[in-house]
Amino acid sequence: MTPQQIQHLTRRALLKNSAYGIGAAALSTLLTKSGLAASTARSSNEFGIINPRHLAPKANRNIHLCMAGGPSHLETFDHKPKLADMTGQPMPESFTKGQSIAQLQGNAQLKCLGPQWAFKKFGKSGQEICELFPHIGSVADELCIIRSMTTEAINHDPAHTFMNTGTTISGRPSMGSWVWYGLGAECDNLPGFVVLTSTGAAGQKQPIASRQWSSGFLPSKFAGIRLNSKGDAVYYINAPAGVSRDQQRDVIDAAEKLNRINDASAQDPEIATRIAQYEMAFKMQASVPGLMNVSDEPQNIRDMYGAKPGDGSYASNCLLARRLAERGVRFIQLYHRDWDHHGGVKDQMKLIAPEVDQPTAALITDLKMRGMLDDTLIIWGGEFGRTPMAQGNGRDHHQKAFSIFLAGGGIKGGITHGTTDDLGYNAVENITPVHDLHATMLHLLGIDHKRLTIKFQGRDFRLTDVHGNVVKEILV
Amino acid sequence: MSFRPLLLLCVLCASVVNLPAIAAEPPLPATIDFNRDVRPILSDNCFFCHGPDKNKRKADLRLDTKEGLFTPIEKTRLPAVPGHPEQSEIYKRIITPDDDERMPDPKSGKHLTDQEIAVLKKWIEQGAQFKGHWSYIKPTQHLVPSSGLAASAASVSPIDAFLLQKLQQQNLTFSKEAPKETLIRRLYLDLLGLPPTPAQVDAFLNDTSPNAYESQVDQLLANPHFGERMAIYWLDLVRFADTIGYHSDTPRDITPYRDWVINAFNTNMPFDQFTVEQLAGDLLPSATTQQKVASGYNRLLQTTEEGGAQPKEYLAKYDADRVRNYASVWMAATMGCCECHDHKFDPFTAKDFYSMAAFFADVREPGVGKREPGMPVPDDKQATELARLEAQVAATRKTLDTQTPQLSAAQQTWEMSLADYRTADWTPLTVVDVSAQSGAFPKFAADQIISITRTVPDKDVYTVRVKTNLKNITALRLDALTEKVPTKLTPAGRAADGQFVLTGFTATQGDAPIPFAAPTTSNDSPATTLWSTTAEQTKEDHYAVFETKSPIEGGNETLLTITLRFEAGKKHVLGRFKLSATTEPPPIRAIKGKELPKEIVAILKTDRAKRTAAQADKLAAHFRSITPLLDPTRAQLAKNEKSRDDFLKTVPRSLIAVAENPKTIRILPRGNWNTDNGEIVTAAVPHFLPPIGNSQSAIGNKAPRATRLDLATWTVSKENPLTARVVVNRLWKLFYGNGLSKSLEDLGSQGEWPTHPELLDYLACDFQDHNWDVKRTIRQLVTTKAYRQTSYASPELKEIDPFNRLYARQARFRLDAEFVRDNTLSVAGLLTTQIGGPSVKPYQPATHWEFLNFPTRTWVHDKGENEYRRGLYTHWQRSFLHPSLANFDAPSREECTAERPRSNTPQQALTLLNDPTYTEAARVFAQRILTEGGQDLNHRLQFAWRTALSRNPKPEELKVLTALYAKHKSQYTTDPKAAASLASAGEAPATKDLDPIELAAWTSVSRTILNLHETITRN
Repeated sequence: MTPQQIQHLTRRALLKNSAYGIGAAALSTLLTKSGLAASTARSSNEFGIINPRHLAPKANRNIHLCMAGGPSHLETFDHKPKLADMTGQPMPESFTKGQSIAQLQGNAQLKCLGPQWAFKKFGKSGQEICELFPHIGSVADELCIIRSMTTEAINHDPAHTFMNTGTTISGRPSMGSWVWYGLGAECDNLPGFVVLTSTGAAGQKQPIASRQWSSGFLPSKFAGIRLNSKGDAVYYINAPAGVSRDQQRDVIDAAEKLNRINDASAQDPEIATRIAQYEMAFKMQASVPGLMNVSDEPQNIRDMYGAKPGDGSYASNCLLARRLAERGVRFIQLYHRDWDHHGGVKDQMKLIAPEVDQPTAALITDLKMRGMLDDTLIIWGGEFGRTPMAQGNGRDHHQKAFSIFLAGGGIKGGITHGTTDDLGYNAVENITPVHDLHATMLHLLGIDHKRLTIKFQGRDFRLTDVHGNVVKEILV
Repeated sequence: MSFRPLLLLCVLCASVVNLPAIAAEPPLPATIDFNRDVRPILSDNCFFCHGPDKNKRKADLRLDTKEGLFTPIEKTRLPAVPGHPEQSEIYKRIITPDDDERMPDPKSGKHLTDQEIAVLKKWIEQGAQFKGHWSYIKPTQHLVPSSGLAASAASVSPIDAFLLQKLQQQNLTFSKEAPKETLIRRLYLDLLGLPPTPAQVDAFLNDTSPNAYESQVDQLLANPHFGERMAIYWLDLVRFADTIGYHSDTPRDITPYRDWVINAFNTNMPFDQFTVEQLAGDLLPSATTQQKVASGYNRLLQTTEEGGAQPKEYLAKYDADRVRNYASVWMAATMGCCECHDHKFDPFTAKDFYSMAAFFADVREPGVGKREPGMPVPDDKQATELARLEAQVAATRKTLDTQTPQLSAAQQTWEMSLADYRTADWTPLTVVDVSAQSGAFPKFAADQIISITRTVPDKDVYTVRVKTNLKNITALRLDALTEKVPTKLTPAGRAADGQFVLTGFTATQGDAPIPFAAPTTSNDSPATTLWSTTAEQTKEDHYAVFETKSPIEGGNETLLTITLRFEAGKKHVLGRFKLSATTEPPPIRAIKGKELPKEIVAILKTDRAKRTAAQADKLAAHFRSITPLLDPTRAQLAKNEKSRDDFLKTVPRSLIAVAENPKTIRILPRGNWNTDNGEIVTAAVPHFLPPIGNSQSAIGNKAPRATRLDLATWTVSKENPLTARVVVNRLWKLFYGNGLSKSLEDLGSQGEWPTHPELLDYLACDFQDHNWDVKRTIRQLVTTKAYRQTSYASPELKEIDPFNRLYARQARFRLDAEFVRDNTLSVAGLLTTQIGGPSVKPYQPATHWEFLNFPTRTWVHDKGENEYRRGLYTHWQRSFLHPSLANFDAPSREECTAERPRSNTPQQALTLLNDPTYTEAARVFAQRILTEGGQDLNHRLQFAWRTALSRNPKPEELKVLTALYAKHKSQYTTDPKAAASLASAGEAPATKDLDPIELAAWTSVSRTILNLHETITRN
């Protein structure tokens, strides 16, 4: 093979021709072996372990809008008129006996709390959505609402961990890391998995551990990178005071030259990777500020989201999510940390709905306008639901049923999947555990969830553990 | 971890670039060894359905035991017939072309390679010898192979002899020795985690004595930084961190445990003692403070304070956490699987899992909530001061406890004044439920005390439903309660000033309101409010009595609804209270001032002459506790106690294991904590390993049970096949790059068969036979010829042994996260070399803790020396580890980490380029270069290079840096403002009289050097 041929070993050629994507280190080993300077070694971002994909992909990227704290399904997507009739009456013991509940435990009497807001039918499909979400309603025909989600954990921290990693035990890879590891990313100046967070008017600030975007026992380069709205957007992204971009370049160039001198005798593929990663870092130093500078968006687009540049709001994050998607980031996760409505669920819903309603709908509309909704899978939902029983004038955590919606890449729009019982306590029809959501998400991305595995502690681990069924009914 | 398996490369070579494949299938070994060759194939492909888990086993066929392999299936077909593959069912079934018959089941996604099939065939042909899994069989001392290496065979290290034996089979031998400057740097980084100074390098280069190398090793093993270096690895295993992990991830007291670990390595505590003190230091006879600190191992797990978490669920999580960690640390076993089911590959059962949990069932651990303050761990100086302060307290207390004639006289007067004292008998009302109109969260407990938590509203109305069996209730009583924990007093009112204002108190029975008289209060509440406290009164409990205008009939679980209104605003709402009732005849009035305890009232009412001595003493003691005569002494006591408590605040504390009555441990079916029908188990080690012996002792009043101490003793007994192997395999990894079995966390069936099993066993036996002497083993590991080799390999050697499993060269790898920091600070001359002490907070991005809550927190970085401590002292926040450390693969320490990944990422580049810690270090390093590096450019570059890299620069390297220096010097000359910014990076003091332009240009040079791959690489 001639050096020219190797030069042609670009990402696309590799993706097309090889049976596997390979890591940068292996690639640079190969290049170094062939006597080619390591300058062609690319950052490892582009290569995933699943290549070609197991299945024809419907989606190429994923945006997870995580409503941290646990939104009440009864005031969002699960209309329960019978519960309204029961307000103030005792919750039938047949539902709750022996069941795990969180803060209401030990209360001698559990009473029903009817839906605090009315529901309306939206779109041609007539999807029933709470009246507080008219914008989301306006895209109802794009949405697949799942009303029969269940989870295994009832406290925030383990429930988030379960939603992200498929288990409540710490230390496993998050879904964003799995997807990045599996598919790589389509960008060489940004990480493949990005996390943004916002808080709302109710000011609850649910704690979220970085475990939620950890790479677990996957190589740590697959950990999600947090984009901050305050301070440095990415840690250490800005050169030190007194160092210009050119001077930073000089330092990196000098280090590269010295690294190459070292490599001449060491012949160490890690050196080539190191050089490539400095290149990537340097590119990020330009691309991240560019990404964050939403003032280059037309006013009408900013208005559509309701985003004010630099305010760190959920609206701004939704706009950033679109920009990240455009730039080829594989997995984008937004946390809005304001949904833990133990008290005053009526007022709190009223506060939070406008913060989330318009931007979420804008994101869907914007992607659609750009032709990107077709291959972007959007997941909206929390880590669990809330009880039909009152906690004062609020609701407690609930794991037996909650609602989410999916939209975009490969999802059948305008449908509702699964039901809960009359009081919204148990998912009863087409029950959808979190593992099934994971299996379906991976399926849409072209991955057989049983075959995206990594060996750790002697066992093949996967996102769906030993569970997971693709929810075929909701696919196009 | 950035190195993909070679297989991928081969696929690429074959399919795209058409290079010759560089790793062909190795030839079959002449003799097939069951454990080395066959077991991994069976384990990977067959055990899932034909292994230890009886619930998953299919066709009643089991291939992980001898019995299973040689017992006929359905009476006729034999799984394995020695010598006859064609008659052996397992062979027939793997070669059949019939998809329905062929194993592994094609649907499983598993597939045997031709090589694997050939191995199985040859194994049967050679007699199908079965062996139990290697790591569960006690290691035996293997004869050291005679070496073809040296004339003086006696001087050849046994380690080298074992390695050479295998190398020679491949016609290989060791690479040449690394240059001396590489060796000294390698030793410093491996043994101390710090680089040598140029002077230390020179001393070694100039030492031509025959034992120069060995004596260097001995010096480093005696250096106190050795303990720090070793501690980092151990702290990863035991998941040491400063915070609890779950949800709020709040801090806890534990740093003296880290000091204990450092000290244990420095004093070369034998590993058996090291084990026993951690698992059960508190159970040792007359346990010392340090042994108790060691027992803090049992408290290192993740815990929660999340509101609404159920203790039972979390206690189950804690049990499982402890078993997983013990099994990972001491057995390199993956027992976590057995929380839900029998292990699929190893013989561990679910019962084994819960039986192991039972060893830890005595450790006091609250299910949910704040951990207790740790045990104070004073150093010698602090202990002396503490004793002095304690003595002062004791002396004043003694005065308070001593009755004098003067006091007796005063007591008599006091007793007479109380002749008419009358107290009602109050019975708590049983709370049915309680709600707060504001949406705040009421909680109540068995003592009927109601607490209101979370949101503090401006106003609130509480509705409490209570039930009572009392008849003819004459008054209700509302207690406003403070909450006292040792470190904090929370007033009864929820406002910041601790006050509350009750604006309404009504009660109904059914729909009928109950009329009350105006309340009387214990605190002389101002008449302008129904009931309130003054600012001065917020430190005490108070109560109000509401006399009914006519008795409430009551009886037979009467339900009353009581409404408490707090509508004065200013958040003057009550946070902690209790309701009770009395049936005594009116009038019922609140007693002003302190209420006398019932017991004291009873004694007062007893005729003086009829009081027992004990009663008289009690009364006198009570009198002394309230008499104004002793107020000055009490004030003195308070002062003395405060002095002591203030001093105690400066003493580090550490959570320790405290044994209590062991909890009952049951097998939880499928790990479900919410069931109580699983079998009860007692403490026992896994059933297939040697039993624990008869050293059972009893704790508390339960039947004798095996304790943590028994477990610890068993762990380091000679019969235990695992511990020594696990430890030496991990030590090997630290100094050779891989484990002898590279699966450091799993020496079970799915782990890797060691590359040099005899060597591993030799080292394990040697470790045990020499009193578990850690330094001795490490000394052996780093004084071999193998250790001293160069890490540069010829292309041929790389091709034969790409992953260096034969050790014909040394390994080369990036430094661990903490050492990247330590190395930089050390080179810059900034490092604080203090050993031990509380955790510290170096610079960290301000937003990093943004997502922490309950409570929200801000990182305030330390100033001065604590800014420059070694990485292992950095405050370890589990949910948000310091990003600099995390970027270099430091683990969160939520679970055991036996091997950190070694990634190579853009975040690492950003950290070294831009993290203020590294920028500051570069600036200070530049100052050093200018002040210590001589006067001209070349000397300065030489100095900088040698300080950072322990070797002389090559001419072409100097050229690169010279050019950079010149360019930036001229740029900063034209932009002095930029120069001044860079020249003042960080808070470390600046050297006087340095030209900022010169300093800035040199900072570019030092930044470059500190960003080199070689600088953060152990070679």
